[in-house]
Amino acid sequence: MAIMTAPGTATKPAPAPPRTVSKKGRKVRDNLTGHAFLLGAVFCFALFMWFPMIRGIVMSFQRTRRGETTWVGWDNYSRIIADPSFWTAWKNTFLFTALALVVGYVLPFFVAILLNELRHAKGYLRILVYLPVMLPPASALFLFKYYAYDPSEAGLFNAILKALHLPTSEWMQSPTMTIPAMVIASTWMNLGSAVLIYLASLQNIPGELYEAAELDGAGVWRRIWNVTIPQTRLILALLAMLQIVATMQLFIEPLILANGAGTQDSATSVAYLIYQHGFFQNDLNGAAALGVIMLVVLAAFSAVYVRLTTKQD
Amino acid sequence: MSVPQYRKAAAFALAAGLGFSLVACSTKSSDDSGTDASGKVTITVDCQPVGAQKELLANWNADVAEFEKQNPDISIKSVSVGEQCNNPPDFTARLAGGTMTDVFYGYMTDLQQVLDSGQAADITSAVSKDTIPTWDSVDPALKEVFTDEGKLYAIPVKNYSMGLVYNKALFKKAGLDAENPPKTWAEVRSAAKKIAGLGGGVAGFSEYSAGNTGGWHFTAEIYSQGGKVLSEDGKKAAFNDAAGKQVLQNLKDMRYGDNSMGSRQLLQWGDLLTNAGAGKVGMFIGAPDATQAIVSQFQGKYEDWAMGPMPGQDGAAKGTLGGGEGYFFKKGLSEAQVKAGLKWIAYQKLTPGKGQLDYVRAKPQNYPVGLPQPLLFSNGSEAQKQELDLRKANANVDTANFKVFEDNPVAIVGEPRNAQAIYAVLDSAMSGVLTNPNANIDSLLKTAEEKVNQLQAAGS
Repeated sequence: MAIMTAPGTATKPAPAPPRTVSKKGRKVRDNLTGHAFLLGAVFCFALFMWFPMIRGIVMSFQRTRRGETTWVGWDNYSRIIADPSFWTAWKNTFLFTALALVVGYVLPFFVAILLNELRHAKGYLRILVYLPVMLPPASALFLFKYYAYDPSEAGLFNAILKALHLPTSEWMQSPTMTIPAMVIASTWMNLGSAVLIYLASLQNIPGELYEAAELDGAGVWRRIWNVTIPQTRLILALLAMLQIVATMQLFIEPLILANGAGTQDSATSVAYLIYQHGFFQNDLNGAAALGVIMLVVLAAFSAVYVRLTTKQD
Repeated sequence: MSVPQYRKAAAFALAAGLGFSLVACSTKSSDDSGTDASGKVTITVDCQPVGAQKELLANWNADVAEFEKQNPDISIKSVSVGEQCNNPPDFTARLAGGTMTDVFYGYMTDLQQVLDSGQAADITSAVSKDTIPTWDSVDPALKEVFTDEGKLYAIPVKNYSMGLVYNKALFKKAGLDAENPPKTWAEVRSAAKKIAGLGGGVAGFSEYSAGNTGGWHFTAEIYSQGGKVLSEDGKKAAFNDAAGKQVLQNLKDMRYGDNSMGSRQLLQWGDLLTNAGAGKVGMFIGAPDATQAIVSQFQGKYEDWAMGPMPGQDGAAKGTLGGGEGYFFKKGLSEAQVKAGLKWIAYQKLTPGKGQLDYVRAKPQNYPVGLPQPLLFSNGSEAQKQELDLRKANANVDTANFKVFEDNPVAIVGEPRNAQAIYAVLDSAMSGVLTNPNANIDSLLKTAEEKVNQLQAAGS
């Protein structure tokens, strides 16, 4: 790297006496530039992430009435847990997460394997798979709401079911179909991103491994089980955790597809319940308490998950 | 300067810049008295029409210019917050964020949350005939809605009461008398059956059940039965009774007994009005300005729509829901700012012939004049007379379409305390009977009752 010399230094100044700087102090000074650059990011994180998070935790132990904020201990928590929708929301959220994991996690993996194996139209099919990700989620969900899930026989899915002589469904209006319908829409919207990540991971697997497996007489399933899955294990583990954390925060699907709570709370998720308390029930403190409960659940899950997967490694 | 030093300087400049910008963000633009450098009293007011509402925006700007001309010591800074003026969650977000304007718009149902946020000023002593010349004519019931413990917190500027909105064209097609709308729920059911019989996806009667609008309409319909949503002291749910059951039973009978409400449910405001604009709805419960929305936002035609009174169970309705909007004043405003805000509201909202009541201006702009709304002034008051005369003289909609509604007045009952939260709970009962043929009405109401009791206990 070139060194710039300050102009006008005709006479060399006498050398300064050697300074005694501690090792720690030198380390700090050496890294000062890095720290200063970091300051911007830390500032933004502190302002937009940590501060609201801490503020939320504090709010969950307070109550604001008539402009007066008082400490109420665990009151908000006990009140929120006593809300008849509390357990329904958790049940719906867990059910959605489980179904989304079965469908939305496995499906992209196999789509990625399929795309990876293709000889022709690879690029075209990748674009096709990724296209829904480029649609704004709200637009995609409105498409589902008005065209696919129309409960009359004019709805896309019902028309297909009818053509196949299968029973039609009321989709979002049926309490039993609400969650599966949200999983279908969510999987369609998010499949592309997961496929791309899997594809990148698949392409890093050395071809010799497959050749060796083939020479050993391994069939397609055997190759997937013994080569593909072990080689992509880290990505699979990471995506599983990200997917669970993301699906547990289910919000936009109930908001748009079910206009909120859906038929008799069948679409109410924990995140939607937070929104209900905060923005419709004049209860920001209760919403904060529910947010903290969700944070604790997700943090505990992530910690256990990371510990388990790290142990395996 | 060496490159590392240059980098260091850049990094510190960046950090300092961030710090300065934060300081800049937190700096107040005017002093505490609300006067600017020229000595003018400045107030910010929200809900300026959005850019897409060209004529309304031009009217607003003309009103601001004229007002400032008449009051050279006052400067109005208009703020458009778009959807935040009619979307409850957006309003709550601004309230929680403390970003309300000096004079800010809110629903009648918002009083509780505005008071809890501690952001509204008590304007009782500032309001008089001096600041609002028509104040004595303003309906005392509307003032009461914005009053808490004897203190006034907002000025009512718009109100409505609900009735039966119906499509005359579909009535005629179905062989019904379009000049004589149903007046009881039994008549509604019978007419809905005939209209739905026209086919083509037409719903004889349509109803909301999502986005808080279901609970809103349950409230209107239980009032028609003579029922209540809350007990007298406002602490307990009072809808789990014969009246509440009858509301849900009427809907269930039409939905599954007669199949006259269409297959698409979980409707909220825009969904139902979209269907209405497309000529797919025979009847629904609504306020007179629902017809304005159908025409201006959902491509319907004024001449197709008319209004009757809220139906009753065995005769005339025992009550109907009334609601509306007003302007609050932010806490901490100077006396001069409050006075300036009141003067502006008086001019733009409560003076016959000016602002929103300037019917001469509205007539050629094709905004409806002649709807039986708003009803801001007391019966027999001078302001009411002036406003009604102007409205009649400049009507651009066929007032005959609202005659049955006006000739059969129903007692107006206000919205319950904590209304939006209660409406959200009651959505579930409404969606239950409209999407489940085997819905158990008793169980739906019991669940909703438990939730509302809990809400009220928590809010008290």
